Amino acid sequence: MSGVFEKLALYWQYPFVRYALIVGVLIALCSSLLGVVLVLKRFSFIGDGLSHVAFGAMAIAAVLNLSSEMPLVLGITVVCAVLLLRTGQNAKIKGDAAIAMLSVGALAIGYLLMNIFSSSTNLSGDVCTTLFGSTSILTLTEGEVWLCAALSLIVVAVFILFYNKIFAITFDEDFARAAGTRASAYNLLIAVITAVIIVLAMNLVGSLLISALVIFPAISAMRVFKSFKAVTICSAALSVSCALAGLLVSVLAGTPVGSTIVAADIAAFGVFLAVGKIAKGART
Amino acid sequence: MSQLACKNLTLGYDSRAILSGLSFEVGAGDYLCVIGENGSGKTTLMKTLLGLQAPLSGKIIRGRGLRPNEIGYLPQQTEAQKDFPASVWEIVLSGCQGRCGARPFYNKAEKRTAQKAIEKMGLARLTSRSYRELSGGQQQRVLLARALCAAGKMLLLDEPVSGLDPKASAGLYKLIEELNRRDGITVIMISHDVEAALSYASHILSLGRRVFFGTREEYLSGARERIGGEGGIKR
Repeated sequence: MSGVFEKLALYWQYPFVRYALIVGVLIALCSSLLGVVLVLKRFSFIGDGLSHVAFGAMAIAAVLNLSSEMPLVLGITVVCAVLLLRTGQNAKIKGDAAIAMLSVGALAIGYLLMNIFSSSTNLSGDVCTTLFGSTSILTLTEGEVWLCAALSLIVVAVFILFYNKIFAITFDEDFARAAGTRASAYNLLIAVITAVIIVLAMNLVGSLLISALVIFPAISAMRVFKSFKAVTICSAALSVSCALAGLLVSVLAGTPVGSTIVAADIAAFGVFLAVGKIAKGART
Repeated sequence: MSQLACKNLTLGYDSRAILSGLSFEVGAGDYLCVIGENGSGKTTLMKTLLGLQAPLSGKIIRGRGLRPNEIGYLPQQTEAQKDFPASVWEIVLSGCQGRCGARPFYNKAEKRTAQKAIEKMGLARLTSRSYRELSGGQQQRVLLARALCAAGKMLLLDEPVSGLDPKASAGLYKLIEELNRRDGITVIMISHDVEAALSYASHILSLGRRVFFGTREEYLSGARERIGGEGGIKR
């Protein structure tokens, strides 16, 4: 057992391990807060769709040989998020179909572009890294960590400040609108935040596994807790602990970061599912 | 002085009219029932009254003392709400959202309003329970309490008893009647249930091929003349 701690202490001296832990925890916190809203608004798959868009955008950035790909990727993803959430209500193509189209479309175009224009010798390695985020979390620079911290802080602040309004439009958009809440403005806000978190989270788990960060903590919390506040708090706490556990295990055991975190989320979901069932059984 | 008057309204989606030339008035303390078949424009009318969509033409005139956001709305439940993890308290309090404006959190007065609405609806014992664990009738009462928080003068109810068993329906109708009689709240109710509409409402608006608007008595005497035409209307 002491061997494990020695090993951890050793790794802790490397700044990249510390950066990875900080960024991992922050992203997990933000994505789980948003996850509760997205799951309840029946937008679970938007994370998946947007992450594929971000993958496509990254491919474009790589083709254009941009030195910093973040602004372009963030921009394209935000635009797509706005389009998707807007069309959710009155589109000719229904929400889920639109997301599916955009999602696979961006994935295909992204891979196509990378294949045709890439100068890299290890193409499949590049693609795999972007999809599963295997190493990028461990190659963060100090600037990226600060950027991530600042964005996370904004997301959390916005969520707390607009908590009551977000609840109102999530539970019943028509009612909120009739009562004078500017629901479309808040939907726009949610769309933009979603896009920001997706782009941040690509570093952590890669674009294929982002949905897990968004959905699992929220669904797990809903199995056990019954008020919106409790679900939100539990979801955030659960997501942060799963991210920490996943990161530590992956550092110690050398497993891929993203999939280890998601595995931790799945395990937690199993536990919460069982607890929810038992609690229900005890009541009736 | 009427509280709400509609003059020559044309309603519809995407510039396709469902209903045209609709005029009616609602006075303070009235109990108006809107009846009609599916597709006759009942829900569209309601959305227009709430300001969720604009009428294609015509005017809605609000009387003095009724601001646009002062109509309490009881919508039909959506599938997503049935398993929504939220406590009764959270949902009822969210009815005060319209009063907050840009203020992020609820103040004491709003919390008191919510508490009163909960007591009025007989939900005091359920305050911390989860919405999804309640029965259909209890859920409707929670939503009614929320509507009361939003507005103290006028309620718009969209098929309030759909999906409820007869006992729960009767209970809900009684609550609505009390709000109308005792507290003087104007009620506009969309309903499939013509029989209930006729026993509670003071005014009837019947949509469809032939539009009728008038008091209950006028509707009933009209119905007697049309005997055989609709058959099922009895007193």
